[in-house]
Amino acid sequence: MIEAITENGERREMTINMGPQHPSTHGVLRLELVLDGEVITRVKPHIGYLHRCFEKYAEKMDDYAKVIPYTDRMDYVSAMNQEHGYVVAIERMLELEVPERVEYIRVIMAELQRIASHLLGIGAFGLDLGAFTPFLYLFTEREKILDIFEKASGARLLYNYMAVAGLMRDVHPEFKEEVSDFVKTFRPKIKELDDLLSYNQIFIKRTANIGVLPDKVALNYAASGPVLRGSGVKWDLRKNDPYSIYDRFEFEIPVGSGEMGTLGDCWDRYIVRVREMEQSLRIIEQAVDGMPDEGDVMAAIPKRIRPKEGELYARTESPRGELGYYIVSDKSASPFRVKARAPSFVHLSMLPAISSGALIADMVAIVGSIDIVLGEVDR
Amino acid sequence: MKTIDEILEILQNSHPDVELALESGATGTPWIRVPANAIREVSKLLRDGLEFRFDTLMCLSGLHYPAEQELGVAYHIHSTSKKHSLALKVRVPEEKPEIPSIETIWKTADWHEREAYDMVGIHFTGHPDLRRILCPDDWEGYPLRKDYVPQEFYHGVTTGEKSVSEQDD
Amino acid sequence: MTHYILNISPVAILVHAAIPLTIILVYALVAIWAERKVAGFIQDRLGPMRVGGWHGWAQSIADLLKLIQKEDIIPTDASRFLFKFAPFMMFAASYAAFAVIPFSSSYIGSNINIGVFYLLAVTSVLTLSIIMAGWASNNKWSLLGGMRSAAQMVSYEIPTIATVLTVIVVTGSLNLMTITEMQSGNDILGFLPNWFIFQNPFLIVAFVIFFISILAESHRVPFDLPESESELVAGYQTEYSGMRWAMFMLAEYADMLLLSLLGATLFFGGWNSPFGDFMSGPFWSFFWFMLKGLLLVFVMMWIRWTLPRYRVDQLMHICWSILIPLSFINLVLVALWEVIF
Repeated sequence: MIEAITENGERREMTINMGPQHPSTHGVLRLELVLDGEVITRVKPHIGYLHRCFEKYAEKMDDYAKVIPYTDRMDYVSAMNQEHGYVVAIERMLELEVPERVEYIRVIMAELQRIASHLLGIGAFGLDLGAFTPFLYLFTEREKILDIFEKASGARLLYNYMAVAGLMRDVHPEFKEEVSDFVKTFRPKIKELDDLLSYNQIFIKRTANIGVLPDKVALNYAASGPVLRGSGVKWDLRKNDPYSIYDRFEFEIPVGSGEMGTLGDCWDRYIVRVREMEQSLRIIEQAVDGMPDEGDVMAAIPKRIRPKEGELYARTESPRGELGYYIVSDKSASPFRVKARAPSFVHLSMLPAISSGALIADMVAIVGSIDIVLGEVDR
Repeated sequence: MKTIDEILEILQNSHPDVELALESGATGTPWIRVPANAIREVSKLLRDGLEFRFDTLMCLSGLHYPAEQELGVAYHIHSTSKKHSLALKVRVPEEKPEIPSIETIWKTADWHEREAYDMVGIHFTGHPDLRRILCPDDWEGYPLRKDYVPQEFYHGVTTGEKSVSEQDD
Repeated sequence: MTHYILNISPVAILVHAAIPLTIILVYALVAIWAERKVAGFIQDRLGPMRVGGWHGWAQSIADLLKLIQKEDIIPTDASRFLFKFAPFMMFAASYAAFAVIPFSSSYIGSNINIGVFYLLAVTSVLTLSIIMAGWASNNKWSLLGGMRSAAQMVSYEIPTIATVLTVIVVTGSLNLMTITEMQSGNDILGFLPNWFIFQNPFLIVAFVIFFISILAESHRVPFDLPESESELVAGYQTEYSGMRWAMFMLAEYADMLLLSLLGATLFFGGWNSPFGDFMSGPFWSFFWFMLKGLLLVFVMMWIRWTLPRYRVDQLMHICWSILIPLSFINLVLVALWEVIF
């Protein structure tokens, strides 16, 4: 450990900027670190480098449906979930019935996207800790999911696939087979990931007891998703506040248990994501079995959506946590206000609370374990 | 699990001097209108009250009502133990947009209030670090106000369509 | 007499100097390519495939040409002389150490009696050049990298030296040529070569400690903290570009080879053939020696693409509370074994 001590023997602190261009800030995040040697005494996140005025754009649109492509660009690694959250909110606002087949396809897409997003999150987390190889193994699997998405929607990252009360188009005929194939080939890979990374001694040493987030603090900060579950709180909107057709599926909510160290440390948050992928596979299997082969992919709705005056806050479980849309309508065709409550934004604000006294290397682990996407933080 | 009417009744009984009102639109969910000066008190009760236990603030959004010349903040809170949700709303005049900060009650409010300040221009009194969060510190105006006109230049760089179209002419 | 230094002609000195340099340069080009191919193989992908045709063999050459053409950027506030000098000093240090490496039964740069001592002394200059680079860049990340590296290399030199000392206890010589010659023949259990690793069970322990220490000394994963790209951007190399950066890379790969060759000499019989007299002689001995050294380099690459990275305090913990006590206990045990048998 380096300690800066002046001639009079007093300790001097060094301020250092981690980012906006830094390999492990997952985008353009700037962390202002005050260091005493390598120990971080204060951390101040600066965000906004990726601010693209989502909320202003949404207000300027002359149609509620035209906001959907913009939601894709918020959390660009889980675009399907972002769309899902938005269309669920609008459908609730309009009190619409969505065709059965659409719901099933949406759930399959959302869960595949959740796996894809976790694969990226876990892979990048490993990469932050110096494990390069698992990242590429996981990317191979992610690629297979993106291939399915590409066939269905024509795009690999920003799909614009879900529409209000329906889908932009029907899935391709071999969709079910491809999804079942993926589920079959992917399940053994989770075991492989456990061998390669999860139970690697160095990995455990780097993540256990680091960045401990107690459940009380987590709730007070409104943490959600894997971050909250990593602290041992059994809370998943798919079960606790079901939307879409999630109440029809059987699955568990994996929570952290402090298996390798303290409850709510980086390892717990990591392992929750790994176990969640298994549960997503279970949901996908059930959804593929239950999905009707025939049916409309678009409900009969008026061409231009005009909700009645009113407002609501609708939330869905995105891979990163609670994704909420607060939508206010003033009877006109364009939204009066669309506010996206992004889980990464909330999680990033916890950073100073959980990282004091950490080393620079721990900082990297903590940022990786809360799995932020800057597109969503800055919107 | 309590409905919004029950919550309102309990609140009115415990704070008879505070003017609370149930409001709703034609669709969506209803909300409780809270006067700005009472928001901290009400929030504290909602968090700590045994029958409420609202332990998380899910979302805090700034709003601008150009017709009434008012600014507003919508609070969406939730209880993981009681499993009920509630929406609160505060509205203040545009000339004096001051609302007490609830950052000490729910930590989520810290950054969300900064965002509301940045985007709509509401001053949260008592907030420890009320700076712009998404826009640069020296940005002019509040982007999410309905009458917002972007500044033409930012440090000598053009920002909007206005200056681009001028170049075209 | 002015043309003669130590009674060797200037031509001979040049030749002696050029042979290790050629080996290092060719090795570095091959090793950088091989590192990428090994990484590709481990990560289930191809690695470089384009340049030069067969499996992208010319990739390193193309990279080198690119690096030569790049602009030489020196930060405005850098300490110019030290900034420019550090990479060359680093390479010079690892290059100078090759002088005492017995490449073949008939070739050694300088057959001096204190070969091991010289090698360890010269390589510690590496630390100095890294601190120099880190400080001169006037970049906080570089400084942190330089400081980390200083702490790491100074600490890990102790277990390295302690394990080298165990071999010295067995041989009683500091001359690497003599040490190698002592390992010729195939007498252990009738067929195993007389390499030190087979001679004494405690020397196996010594080799494991030695290998871990040289991983740390040459900044390889899991001990690559001075340049850990996800934490310190690139550590002391952050501000370097073009040829100066290439010099660092070259020095680093040379250092890897140097320490691997030292390991091969001390534990795996140096240039001795594993089959006794079969396939021995000046050329074959060179072949065996490089093969052993490169195998160790390969293991380093293998580890690099498999494991995550330790944290700086964990790294120090491993060194000071595990490796150093263990290596000294081992030293005593090896000495006892030698006295008894």
